[in-house]
Amino acid sequence: MDAFWIILTGILVVASSSILGCFLVLRKMTMVGDAISHAVLPGIVLAYLFSGERNSVLMIIGAAGIGLLTTFLIEFFHKKGNVQEDASIGITFTSFFALGVILISYFAENVDLDQDCVLYGEIAYVSLDPLLIGNIEYGPKAIWLLSFVFLMVLAVIIPGYRSLSLTTFDPNYAQAIGISVTLWHYVLMSLVSLTTVASFESVGAILVVAFLTVPAATAYLLTEKLKNMILLSILFGVLASVLGYFLADYSNGSIAGAMATASGILFGIVFLGKRLYNRYHRLTAVSQN
Amino acid sequence: MIQQVEQPLIEIHDLTVTYHRKPVLWGIDFTLPKGIIAGIMGPNGAGKSTLIKAMMGLVPVGSGYVKLFGEDLKEVRAKVSYVPQKESVDWDFPASALDVVLMGRYGKLKWFQRPRKADRDVAMDCLKKVGMEAFANRQISQLSGGQQQRVFIARSLAQDADLYLMDEPFAGVDIATETAIVELLKEMTSEGKTVVVVHHDLQSAENYFDWLVLMNLRLVASGPIKEVMTKELLQETYGGKLNILTTVTDLLNKQDFPIREK
Repeated sequence: MDAFWIILTGILVVASSSILGCFLVLRKMTMVGDAISHAVLPGIVLAYLFSGERNSVLMIIGAAGIGLLTTFLIEFFHKKGNVQEDASIGITFTSFFALGVILISYFAENVDLDQDCVLYGEIAYVSLDPLLIGNIEYGPKAIWLLSFVFLMVLAVIIPGYRSLSLTTFDPNYAQAIGISVTLWHYVLMSLVSLTTVASFESVGAILVVAFLTVPAATAYLLTEKLKNMILLSILFGVLASVLGYFLADYSNGSIAGAMATASGILFGIVFLGKRLYNRYHRLTAVSQN
Repeated sequence: MIQQVEQPLIEIHDLTVTYHRKPVLWGIDFTLPKGIIAGIMGPNGAGKSTLIKAMMGLVPVGSGYVKLFGEDLKEVRAKVSYVPQKESVDWDFPASALDVVLMGRYGKLKWFQRPRKADRDVAMDCLKKVGMEAFANRQISQLSGGQQQRVFIARSLAQDADLYLMDEPFAGVDIATETAIVELLKEMTSEGKTVVVVHHDLQSAENYFDWLVLMNLRLVASGPIKEVMTKELLQETYGGKLNILTTVTDLLNKQDFPIREK
């Protein structure tokens, strides 16, 4: 049963993050995803201090709020302060992250939250924290939280698909026909923040970036349609979490780490496969001429 | 020479746009009538694109205002279409030519609505108008620069607007296609639509446009092309930069000099 919950947790994390990842990759903003995932740390710690429990709604909202503040600051330094975008990302998220590290070390005695857990997650323990209503267990809390986030992602992305894709492809034109580029930017960033915060306990702040980027980038290599890219990225993400679980089980290592590694391996296979395919086809095309 | 018109379709009043405190448009003030093709011309860095962007509300305006159909852009957005410069987007985006043209219909849909068959038909029809129907399902990164440009024009046509603002729509387009598209635009103006085009080639301007706006940071001239296309005004717009060759061919044309001796 543990294996089932762990794999399901992994699948829920990658499903949300690969959908969002597709838009991040196309907007050339995966590093902003990275920034958010690190910058939410102080939000998580503070909310945890106030509420005294993990997975609370307060924690999600507090941390997601800091995630949004991060994207706002990145834009602000870049646009108003004339700082290069990558520099502005570097400045913003390291400052927040460092603040989070200080907070954790400072409150280390009162907080049941260690740095390893925040950075690398502990997906193996998801089933130890069940949702209790009365005396009845309703499955792990993390599953409920992640399902909720996944449904929210779907509830925004499916109806907002066209607006999001147009503001990604051609923001000037989108603005010209009256679709708010800023609004959709922050909608996307809110979802990324939410997903990151909800996933941090299971896969950690660093590995969630792998799930935001790698499945989407893998899918991007294979398709010429945005819809297919999103579906393929979910497929690659799911494949990576299942493979990763058994890889970790076999090697007795970190499960989240193995899932991220598996997605990296999938990317490598697809990348090489595509190159070989192209070379083979070029050769046959040449020999036919 | 700035000719103002009665009941203008486009009214630009004392428009100033600055970028990092440097003015890129200074006190632009002109009006355009309905049912014409107007060219906006001037040297590189004259602010032509910025002018179009300011008309579309894409750059913050320092002072002055733009009125389209006598109203703010917000009120008449559905009647205005915009063709951005091709270089402003990343063509590696996973979409087909038809997908991009369909984007022209998004303005008419609610944000959660899917395009219907009628929208697809319009999009396909617009691709046909620019001679791109054979490439409808081609991924946009696999199109040539000129073909990508035509996809952008088709997307704008799909909006079925009354006013079209086009930022260098002919960049990289071959001459046969360019002529065909100009014919199409002329047809549209005869139906009462208005087209404003940022253009580079002085040679073809005379055949393409009814009206010409010459600018170089400031407005130099605006009026019917026959009256604006003079050596003095061109000189004033392009200054010393006016290509010697262009001047020479221009003079040759005007004075019926044979290019080669017979």
